Amino acid sequence: MIKETSNKSKGKSPSGDSGADHATLSDIFNQDEPRVNWHDETLWFVRTKRDKAVNTIPEWELLRETASQIKHNVLSNLSAYLEQFEEKAIANGVQVHWAADAKEHNEIVHSILKKHSINRMVKSKSMLTEECHLNDYLSKNGVEVIDTDLGERIVQLADEPPSHIVLPCIHKKKEEIGDLFHIHLGTAAGEADPQVLTEAARQDLRSAFLTRRAALTGVNFAVAETGEIVVCTNEGNADMGVHLADVHIASMGIEKIIPERKHLGFFLRLLTRSATGQPITTYSSHFKKPRPGQEMHIILVDNGRSRQLGREDFRNSLKCIRCGACMNTCPVYRRSGGHSYHYAISGPIGAILAPNLDMKKYADLPFASTLCGSCSNVCPVKIDIHDQLYKWRQVLVKEGHVSPVKAAGMKGMAWMFSFPALFNIAGKSGRWFMKYFPFMVSNKLNPWYKEREMPAPPKESFREWYARREKNNRK
Amino acid sequence: MRVGLFIPCYVDQFYPNAAIATLQLLEKFGVDVVFPKKQTCCGQPMANSGFSHLSSECDELFVENFSEFDYIVCPSGSCVLHIKDHLHSAKSPDKAKAIRKKVFELVEFLTDILEIKELKAKFPFKVGIHQSCHGQRGLKLSQMSELVAPKFSKPETLLKMVDGLELINLTRVDECCGFGGTFCVAEEAVSSKMGKDRVADHIQNGAEYITGADLSCLMHMEGILKRQKSNVKVIHIAEILNADPNP
Repeated sequence: MIKETSNKSKGKSPSGDSGADHATLSDIFNQDEPRVNWHDETLWFVRTKRDKAVNTIPEWELLRETASQIKHNVLSNLSAYLEQFEEKAIANGVQVHWAADAKEHNEIVHSILKKHSINRMVKSKSMLTEECHLNDYLSKNGVEVIDTDLGERIVQLADEPPSHIVLPCIHKKKEEIGDLFHIHLGTAAGEADPQVLTEAARQDLRSAFLTRRAALTGVNFAVAETGEIVVCTNEGNADMGVHLADVHIASMGIEKIIPERKHLGFFLRLLTRSATGQPITTYSSHFKKPRPGQEMHIILVDNGRSRQLGREDFRNSLKCIRCGACMNTCPVYRRSGGHSYHYAISGPIGAILAPNLDMKKYADLPFASTLCGSCSNVCPVKIDIHDQLYKWRQVLVKEGHVSPVKAAGMKGMAWMFSFPALFNIAGKSGRWFMKYFPFMVSNKLNPWYKEREMPAPPKESFREWYARREKNNRK
Repeated sequence: MRVGLFIPCYVDQFYPNAAIATLQLLEKFGVDVVFPKKQTCCGQPMANSGFSHLSSECDELFVENFSEFDYIVCPSGSCVLHIKDHLHSAKSPDKAKAIRKKVFELVEFLTDILEIKELKAKFPFKVGIHQSCHGQRGLKLSQMSELVAPKFSKPETLLKMVDGLELINLTRVDECCGFGGTFCVAEEAVSSKMGKDRVADHIQNGAEYITGADLSCLMHMEGILKRQKSNVKVIHIAEILNADPNP
């Protein structure tokens, strides 16, 4: 049976709070190139599945635009929709709580559990609880949490945070999962057959479902019109947890609202096609009211969302429906791994959400991109992700979150470019470029030179050639 | 038609042949081309690093240099996109606005403004097209693989007019090469890996040359190819389109 060692602090390993930035963590990730290739190919496969799925829908782009506009309406009228949702949910017999931040959210969860003298709980996937470090908090307060999504369970056993919001353990090979299960679930040493391993997890989780009196779920969509919430899973683990528990706690970010039930169709069609290339999740479960004898709680969590809503340039990031498509398509994510983002939500979307919570800590993330723009193109709600990455860079530099060396270099470069005469003289010698473009110095200390040669300087620059031609033409 | 030739700073310094080919190609089609000699840089390296507030003097200089022309043409999608999206002038806001509308990347200028239907050039090699992200996703030089939308490719349209040229198919049609400006040194590991993977795709599919409308990406891939001592070369699309028809 289970040897429970998994409730320790998430976020400690392997990237955790080491303080290392994305570039450093990516550098470590890239030391094993075959593994990088495997990670890249695995996620690219998901991207190609997504492409196949979306190309079966001729009106795909219209669908994206419509969903984006619905979310635009939601963000513009959020307070009214939230109040409507609360009113309907209360009328349905649900207890509604408001949490200003992660700390309040965690305290509310704990207080509900304490009221029922519950110290063991099952939890289906919720990126919000990762954002709030709920497991860590509850563990410190003597409450054991078992994650019931298979991928989440695997990273929990490994004492790691998820590396991807939809595919939490995508960074792990099946042999490594076999080793974990051998230690924690008693499978045979060396067993790496996915079917055998899944069955072992299934049997283990079944005993947890049957014995836990509280179940926490995330929320994919909350319908203001009816006060119901919708939870999408492929494994049915949210349903298993909730149906067997006396207490159901649903944690949701305040941006999860949609106005009416009919709008759900747009989002359900978009969500899984974007995420994994499936037409729809296996289970799209609606929870409206507690069954007789059960208690149902919904916690509405702000945790920086109101602040982000107030940032004109970044408010659209709140449209996110957490499909993970931007991660699968991101050439940087695929080659650096989710943990290199050292935040609960990795990849391009994480990089525009995280600085809102802590600019200093996450100042590196908007720079972990080539601004290629693929993320914005796959986003099912058309968030201008790469434009926001560019805008965050401007904000972070202005707020002083940049190394002094880089700042000095940039000032020098700007100064140089503002004087054509100086540019010409310096350009003639070919030296200004080497000095002011940091990747142009040909020595072993230059990161460019590690795996790339320098361009060979030509005999004359274009402007020299052009001047010569003009002179000859005049003759 | 008077065209101001906008040559990115690094092209001027390292890839004069691409600039010369751009000039000669435009002249072949009867365009009156002038290279304003006081031009320096569009300011993109600063802006993409978060220092757009330092690029105002670059912007003013750009407006001074280029506002007199009917069109501004540049053999780099990335620099053109930067001007289109971010050129501002406190002194002459209207001129800056006008420039943002009349600045074109070379390929789109040939297909959309000059509406080239044929050209005389021979390039008997297997060529892979690198879709530079800013040209493709920013300027929409080609359809993007992420969208459910009709396919098109302006560079491909032009390359198909070249005698003897054989286009190869890539496994990943529009993945980024990983250059990304200062990203290439700030995130050296990922950047190099992206470059290596992009080059490998071209090599595996039989390319003898990798071409594109942006030399910054080509410079990155050239750096990788040279380090690997590969025979595969990079070449700017202007040099192919301007190639001798009777070599």
